[in-house]
Formats: sequence, C-alpha cells, structure tokens
Amino acid sequence: MIVERPKDLLVKKILAHGFMLIFLALILFPFFMVLSISFREGNFSVGSIIPENPTLEHWYLAFGLDYTRADGTVVEPPYPVMLWMWNSIKIGLIAGLGVLAIATISAYAFSRIRIKGKGAMLDGLFLIQMFPTTLALVAIYAIFDALGEVSPFLGLNSHTALVLIYLAGVTLHIWTIKGYFDSIDTALDKAAAIDGATPWQTFRFIFLPLAVPIMSVVFVLAFIGFINDYPIASVLIRSEDKMTLAVGSRLYLNEFQYLWGDFAAAAILSGLPITVVFLIAQRYLVSGLSDGAVKG
Amino acid sequence: MTAATDSPVTEGSPIPRLIIVSAVTIALLFAAFFLYQIAQPIFGVIMLALATGFAIIFGANRYYGARFIFPGVSAVLIFIAFPVVYTIYIGFTNYSSFNLLTYDRTVEVLTSRGSVDPDTEQPFAVARDGDQFRIWLPDSGLLSDPVSLDEVAEATLSPADPPADLLERRDAIQLRSGLQALTLTTPEGTIIQNASLRTFGTVTPDYVRTGPNTLTRFDGAKLVADHETGFFVDEAGQNVPPGWRVGIGWDNFERIFTSEGIRGPMVSIFIWTFVFAIASVVLTFALGLTLAVILQWPHLRFKAVYRILLILPYAVPAFISILVFKGLFNQNFGEINLILEALFGVRPSWFTDGNLARVMVLIVNTWLGYPYMMLLAMGFLQAVPEDHKKAAALEGASALRVFFTITLPQIIPPFLPLLIASFAFNFNNMVLIFLLTRGLPDIPGTVIPAGETDILASFTYRLAFDNAGQQFGLAGAITLLIFLVVAAISYANFVAMRRAAQKRSGRVSA
Repeated sequence: MIVERPKDLLVKKILAHGFMLIFLALILFPFFMVLSISFREGNFSVGSIIPENPTLEHWYLAFGLDYTRADGTVVEPPYPVMLWMWNSIKIGLIAGLGVLAIATISAYAFSRIRIKGKGAMLDGLFLIQMFPTTLALVAIYAIFDALGEVSPFLGLNSHTALVLIYLAGVTLHIWTIKGYFDSIDTALDKAAAIDGATPWQTFRFIFLPLAVPIMSVVFVLAFIGFINDYPIASVLIRSEDKMTLAVGSRLYLNEFQYLWGDFAAAAILSGLPITVVFLIAQRYLVSGLSDGAVKG
Repeated sequence: MTAATDSPVTEGSPIPRLIIVSAVTIALLFAAFFLYQIAQPIFGVIMLALATGFAIIFGANRYYGARFIFPGVSAVLIFIAFPVVYTIYIGFTNYSSFNLLTYDRTVEVLTSRGSVDPDTEQPFAVARDGDQFRIWLPDSGLLSDPVSLDEVAEATLSPADPPADLLERRDAIQLRSGLQALTLTTPEGTIIQNASLRTFGTVTPDYVRTGPNTLTRFDGAKLVADHETGFFVDEAGQNVPPGWRVGIGWDNFERIFTSEGIRGPMVSIFIWTFVFAIASVVLTFALGLTLAVILQWPHLRFKAVYRILLILPYAVPAFISILVFKGLFNQNFGEINLILEALFGVRPSWFTDGNLARVMVLIVNTWLGYPYMMLLAMGFLQAVPEDHKKAAALEGASALRVFFTITLPQIIPPFLPLLIASFAFNFNNMVLIFLLTRGLPDIPGTVIPAGETDILASFTYRLAFDNAGQQFGLAGAITLLIFLVVAAISYANFVAMRRAAQKRSGRVSA
C-alpha cells in the first residue's frame, strides 16, 4: 500500500484490469445481446452477435410505423409503445411535480415551523413509509373501485388514480429535503422574521430558491421511481391504451405471443432516455442517499 | 430581505381564501355523502374526516403551521396507512369473487332477475305523440295510451291502426330507461313489460323480497340470508350466488394454519422469501464492496469509465432489464442456453426446475442490485481514515487482513440501516419475481396457486388478482402476516438508524 515493489504492482495492475474487463463483459452481455436482437430478422431467430441480415423491422414497429418486408408483406406494430411511453412520462411528470410540491412544503414545516407533536409525526412517517404500497394492493384496488362510482375519472383504469396513489410516496422525499433545510443557517429565517415576513413568505422567497438543487434531485428520483413502478400500475390500469410502459412491456413476452425482437427494439427505445437521465442524476442521488440515512 | 417587503402576497383579505376553502370542503363533503350512499360507509367516513380536517386547518388561523404539512400527512394517511389497516380488515372477511358485492347490491341483483314468458313476448315500436310517446305492438295490433317515458308509469293498451310516426330503432333505444319503468296492461288484463331491446312480454321476477332477510323464488321456495357465510340459502341448503361480503373472524387464518394445501406451500414460500432476501443482500453487498475496493485502489486507471459501465445495470429501468433476462434465460431460444450448450453441452431448464429457477432469480437480482451497494460502499470507504490502514500495513499486516480488521468494521455500522432497508426492499421485491418467473414453476399438490419462486408479496398478489378466485380475504390475511415481519424489520431499521446517528453526533462532539 505504501511501499509497493514495481514488479508486484505491475502484476496486480494486470490482474485488476483483467478482472474488471472480464466482469464487465459478463455484466454488459445482456445489453449487447438486446442491441443485436433488435436488428435481427424475426422474433425467434438465433444468430451471431453481429446479425447476418440486419433489418430495421423491429425499430419501425417500436416507433409505431408499419414496416414493409422485402416480399411485400406489411407488418403492423403489435403494441402502441409510443403511447405507453407518453402515458408513463405524463404520469411521472405530474406525480413527480406533485410529490415535489408536497415534499418541499412539508419538509420546510418539519424543519422550521413549530407544530405540536412534530417529532412523533416524523417518526410515524418514517415507520409508515417502510410499509410498501405494494402490500396494500387489495385495499387500494377496493378504494379506487369505490371512488370510481363517485366519478370514473377517479376510479380504476384512470391515470388520476395512479397519480393520487403515487403522491402518497412522499415520505422518503420529505426526509431528504428536510435534511437539506436543516443544514441551512437559522440566521436567514431570523432575518426574514425581523423584516416581517410570514412563514409562507420565508418559505417562498428564501428557502424555495435555496432548495432548487435538492429539489431537482428529488424530482428526478421520484420521476424514475414512478416510471419504474409495476405492481400498482398493473392493478389499477386494465386497458391497453391506458397502460404505462412498465405494465405494457410485459405483453411482449407471454407464452402465446413471444415477440423477442420487437421487445428488444422497444426496450432500447424506451429505456435509453431514462437511463441517460439516471446517469446524469446518480452522482447527487447517492450522496443524498447515504447522507440521508445517517443523518436520521 | 427586500423580497418579503415588496410582495403583498397572502396577507390580504381572508375572504377569497375562505371562499376557496368552503368550495373544496363542500366538494369533499359531497363525495363523502355519495360514498356513504353507495354503501361504502368506511370510505365515506374517511372522506368526511378529510373534509373536516381541511376545513379546520385551512379555515382557522390558529393552525397556520399545520397547513404546510396537511397535504403530505393526509396523503400518507389515506393512501398508505389506511390501505394497510383496510387490508388487515379484508383479511377478516370473505371478500372474493364469490362474495364480491354488498348485501343490498346482492338483493338488487337477485330481484332484478326475471324470466320472460315466451307466449306473450312480442316486438314493439315507439310512436311519437306530441311531447309524449305511444307503444305500438304490431303483432297484436295494440296501441298504448300516451306516456311521457321519464318516470315510472302504467298505461293500458287498446286495439288501433298502425300509427304513422314510428321512431327509428336507434332513437327508441335511447328511451330505454323510460321503457323499462313502463308497465302495460292488455285488454285481456295481462301485464307486460319491456323484456329486451326489441320486445315486450310478461316478465315474472325470479325472486321477490318478502322480508328483510328472505326472498321467495318464483316456484314458491323460500331463501334465507345467511349473514355468517354471506349467501342466500334455499330450502335444500344450497347457496344461491352471488354472495355478499361478511366478516368471518379468524377463518382465513385458520385456513392458512390448518389446511394442508395452504400451509405446506406457505411454509416453503415463507422460507424462500427469507432466503431470497438475505442472499440478495449478502451477494449484492459482497460484490458491490469488492468492486468498490478495487475501484478505490489508487493505482488503477480508467476509474471513471469503469464506474459508469459498472453502474449501468442500476441505471436501466428494472422492468426492462428483468424482461431482457427473461428472454435471455429462455429454455429453447434464449442466448444464455445457446452459449452454455456450445461450451458445455448443457441446456438447463431455468423456468421449469424449481432450484434452477431460484438460482436464476438470485443471479438476476445480484446483477440488478450490486451497483447500488458499490456506490454506497465507495462513499463509505472514503470516510475510512487512510492513516489507520497505513499503520497496520507498517506493522506488516497483509492487504486482506487490513481490509477485514480495519476497513470492514468501520464501514459496517453506517452501512447497517441501508442493508436492513435493502433486506426490506427485497423481502417485497414483487417486480422481479413477477416479471421474471411470475412465481413459477408451481409447487405440486396445492389448493391455491403457489410457485417455487413465489415470495410472500407475489404470492398474495397472485391470490388476489391473478386467478379466477380473486381471494381478496385470504390475501388480506396473509398480508397481515407479512406486515408483522415488515413491522419488525422497520423497527430494527429505526433503531439501527438512531444508533448510527448517535454514534456520529457523539463522534463529532467528542
């Protein structure tokens, strides 16, 4: 570590890089395969990593376009991938913004405003959020079944229902933003109070501008979380045109209709943007996670 | 702060605020009343509580602070805490596809069933008569008195010539609700009703409600409501579907613990859930930590590139990668089996052999989970003071020894809450099981759908939503058992976090 013999060091370096390269080859194998499969002909065919007869058929279908094969037959897209993507993005954006608004306001109150029973409420929120919503699916189904009788707009198979239930996933984000607010000097709010600002004004004009970085991280996190949700969406959403990407993608690989090639293209198309957003955000995300956990 | 002085927001007249508060409160109260009316009193009460809370907190100035947390707290209470409680409640009922409705709805469904007498059934047409309508029965040449068709009505029929102004079929169908509320009397005194979209005829109801808990069938048999089982029972003791929801106490739990066909798979699923969650945590932690240590090595180049590539499995949406693996592991044309066959001549049946399926689930979950552990470990490794390691190395300790005696003990305590959280996550990692194997292959000889790779959460999901039975009650009961485990885990996590926080603050102040 401190004293390393040059020869040993070289061997170690070769070993380390060798291990890394082999490991990466294993880990990244699925990605290469999917890329290759998306250009292969047909949905069952097997072949080498670089396809012999590359075709754009699956890609046309993924973009929702008809594809005309060389022999003149026209293939229609099996599923509305673009519509699903739009549904996912729409729900993710609305629910993400909602969560962001609720979380930021609550975090400010929990950090700065004196409220009776605040400590107990925070502990309670922490314990409650350990219960995954997935476990209460039966009740959630029953609740929205009943709400649907008040208005179909709120019931099963509606995007509003999905957004409402996602809004409840706000606890973790309250904790993250609260941790950030806690680290802001109290002199700031005292100065504002002396100038006659109400708590709302202090929040609106002092804390909100300061919180933009953490808010963007929370938003990206929440957004990705909602896009990735499968269990809740699969219970609440039934019809094909209302499905989110996560629920719809599963249709590609069922026993009766196994569309491996079409799935590969659709997966890359829909997965790529989310992956890029995530890679950009992950730096902040991880520091937030480990800090948040230890701060308590 | 200039911002605060030049903005006259919020401190204006309270009138607009009160108007908005009243409007929202009234809307919520209306929804509460409606929920109560459709026989969902529990949801009605929740809605009522929401309306009251909203009105008090946003109406009275005293609760200024509480306004900030009201949306968050009520969302968590309504959509997390309440569903948890409600699921437990469902566990004590027989809610399932056989007992789906409320009692009132069941009675309604049964009494609305009727049989049409084929002798009197005949087509009809609707004729317009000013603002009103007449029913024309072409087969018997009868025309009714004018009726308005917007309320329950009776009319008599009399022989007449065919009216000139008959409505189109489509327009007649739009009058359906009025037609269904209409009773016609023929000159012979027979009473006929709207029997289908195109016909009128004598309709005898199959069941007539003859008491609060009794129905009488058309053949005179008496049906008695059994509020223990949620079914109407005829004289022969047969249940008449549909049934309604009733509380059945601990019956579901009794079934779980005494029925051999349920208890057997439950035990095996319970064990597998723990094995799966622990193995996932251990594997991802070990792999992630190893990679983090290598990446932390000062002599390694291209660190940034390695790091980004290693994170990729975490960055790709899980539902996509899991489905990709599902395809790659496919027995017949999956790429993994093609390679294995080319190299070793084997073709493992990943989806039909229970043990192989479990191995596959763990492989995929390790692939999905190690980057998260690696990222965390890289953060925690940086916090380990370099001089401790140097001192140990000077004393002649090997790199491995330094790692296990200096580094590991220092990173485990802050890691613990995150490991527990990861355990809790995997304990309920339904997405993985669901998209990869759907719990299959099935455990042989069970009375309920239960698979070798099913974890408790996916098992309850399948019980409730995936088979024809829709056994919500039984699923609720099992969920209560899961809740107990989750509660224990979350309490453990809570304690671990408190400890870590205390240690940290203790260290800072010291």
